[in-house]
Amino acid sequence: MTTATKATVEALVDSATSGDDQPWLKRLTALQSVWILGVLIVIVVIFGALSPTRFLTYSNLMNISQNVSIWAVLAVGMTFVIITSGIDLSIGSVLVFSSVIAAKVMEALGGEGWGTAIVGIVLSSACGVLWGVLNGVLVSKAKLPPLIVTLGTLSIALGAAQIITSGLDIRAVPTVLQDAIGYGRVFGIPVIALIALAIVLIGGTMLHRTRFGLYTFAIGSNAMAPLRVGINVDRNLIKIYALCGFLAGVAGVLSLSQYGTTTIAGQSLTNLNVIAAVVIGGTSVFGGQGSMFGSMVGLFIPAVLQSGFVITGVSPFWQTVAVGAILVAAVFVDQQRRAASLRGGKARK
Amino acid sequence: MKPVLEARGLSRSFGSVRALDACDFDVYAGEVVALIGDNGAGKSTLVKAMTGNLDVDAGSLLLDGEPVAFKSPQDASAVGIEVVHQDLALAPHLNPAQNMFLGREIMAKGLLGKLGFMDRAAMMRRSAESFADLGSAVRSLVTPVGSMSGGQKQSVAIARSVAWANRVLFLDEPTAALGVVQTANVLDMIRRVRNSGVAVVLISHSMPHVLEVADRVQVLRLGRRVATLPAAGATVEQLVGAMTGALDTKSGASS
Repeated sequence: MTTATKATVEALVDSATSGDDQPWLKRLTALQSVWILGVLIVIVVIFGALSPTRFLTYSNLMNISQNVSIWAVLAVGMTFVIITSGIDLSIGSVLVFSSVIAAKVMEALGGEGWGTAIVGIVLSSACGVLWGVLNGVLVSKAKLPPLIVTLGTLSIALGAAQIITSGLDIRAVPTVLQDAIGYGRVFGIPVIALIALAIVLIGGTMLHRTRFGLYTFAIGSNAMAPLRVGINVDRNLIKIYALCGFLAGVAGVLSLSQYGTTTIAGQSLTNLNVIAAVVIGGTSVFGGQGSMFGSMVGLFIPAVLQSGFVITGVSPFWQTVAVGAILVAAVFVDQQRRAASLRGGKARK
Repeated sequence: MKPVLEARGLSRSFGSVRALDACDFDVYAGEVVALIGDNGAGKSTLVKAMTGNLDVDAGSLLLDGEPVAFKSPQDASAVGIEVVHQDLALAPHLNPAQNMFLGREIMAKGLLGKLGFMDRAAMMRRSAESFADLGSAVRSLVTPVGSMSGGQKQSVAIARSVAWANRVLFLDEPTAALGVVQTANVLDMIRRVRNSGVAVVLISHSMPHVLEVADRVQVLRLGRRVATLPAAGATVEQLVGAMTGALDTKSGASS
C-alpha cells in the first residue's frame, strides 16, 4: 500500500472513530431522539413548575415508572418489528392470552409459592413465543402483510382467551408474584420497573450492538441487501416476531403480578399506545431506522402527560388528544427527514 | 492458459422464448471482458446462469477448466465469483462498512462473539483499506449509504464485491446512472480490480465506456455469442453492427 492510500485509510478510520463510539447510530437517530427528548423535558418542566410539590416528587416519578413498565417491555419487541418495516397489532391480545393460560394453569395447580409462579411465568412466555412464531411465519413464509397477519392474530388470540375463560377474568394469581413483582420494591424502586429496565437494556444492546440487531436494520432498510448476500431473511423475521411475542408473554406475567387478575377487556388499545410510543421515539414505520432509547422517551411522554394532567387537575382526556397530536407531529418530522435524505441521495455532483 | 470461467453451449428457454441458445462465454484472469448486446439479447440471463441465479436446460460451466455447477449465488460466492447488480442491493440506512460486511461480519473474539457481538473496529479498518485500494470516492465510513451520491454508492457496492471476489467480478451496468467524473472513477476502479488479477465481466450499453476499459468484447445476439473481438482497434460502429446483426460476423466467434 502506498503512503497516499495509507493516509486515506487513516482519514476514513478517523472519521469513523472520532467522537462517539457509536457514530452511525447517533447520526441516524440523534435528530428525532433529541427533538423528542426535548419535548419530554419541556413537559416535565411545565408540570414541575405548575405543581412543584406534587409532580416532581420521588413517589410520583416512581409511580410513572411503574405505569410505563409493562408498555416498556412491549415496546422493546415492537421497536424490533417496526424497524423491519413490519407492525405487530397482536401484542395486547397475546398478553391477554398468555396471562389467561398462565392464570388458568396456576389456578389448577393451586398454591401461592414460587413453584406455581414459575410454571406460570414459563407458560406465559411460551404462549407469547408461539403467537410470535405464528405471526413471523405468516409474514415471512406466506408473504402476508404484517398489518393483516397481526390484525388476524389479535382477533384470534383475544377470542381464544375469551372462550377459555367465558370472558370472565381469572383472579388466581400466586401471592408471591403480586408481592415480589407487583408491589415489591428494591431500594425504593418498583421491582416491575427494574425488570422492565433490564429488558430494555438487553433489548437495546441486542438491537444496536449485535449482528441480530444489524440484520433487523438491514431487513427494514432494503430486504434485497441481506437476501443477496445469503442472509436467511425469513428466519430472522420469524425470530423478530417471536421476540415480540415472547415479550408480550413476559408482559402478561407482569400484568398478572401488577393487577392480580387477567385483564381480558383492558388491553384493547395497548397495541396502539405502544406503537405510538415507538413511532414518537423516532422509529420509522418505513423501516431501517429507529432506536431503543427513542422508544423509551416516546413511552414516557404519554405517561408523564397522564400524571401531570391528573395532578394539575386538567381532565385526563386531554392526554389522549396531546399524545395523538405529538404522534402526528413526530411522523411529520420523520417524513421531512426522509425526504431531505432522499434529495441528498439523488444529488449529482 | 485456461479461462477462469467458461460457459459452453448454455441454453435456457422461458416458455417458447429461447433466452439462451447454445451460448458460449469465456473470461481469463486479469482481463476485462465486456459483454454487450441489445435489450433481450440474453446478457442478464447469461450472467444469472453463470452465477448460480438460474438453472439452465443444457450446457456446462467450467471453472479453471474443471466442470462446476452452482446451485445458488452462495455457491458462486464460495469460489470467488461475485455480481454487482444494477440495483446495487445496498441497505441505505447502513453505513459503508456495515454494507461491506453484511452477511460476513467479523465477530468479536471469544464469548462476546458467540453472543452476537461484532468487531466493528476491524470491519471499519478493512473497509477503509478496501476503499482506499480502489480509489473509492467514499469519504466517510459513518454516513448512511442512502445519503451518498450515485458514484459513491456504486463504489461501495463494487468494493463489497471485490473484497470477496478473488476470481470473477460481474458488473451489471455500473455506469448507467453516473455522471462524467463518477464514471471515470468507476472505470478506474475496474482497471484496479483487473490489475489485481481478478477477471472482470462488464455488462454495459455504453460503447465508449466498453472501448475505454475492456480488453476483449463478446457480443450476444438472440441468445448466442455472435462475436468476440479485442477492444483495441474496435470501433463503436463495429460493436453496434455486431449487436444488431447489420455487420454479420466477420470476426467469427460463433462456432
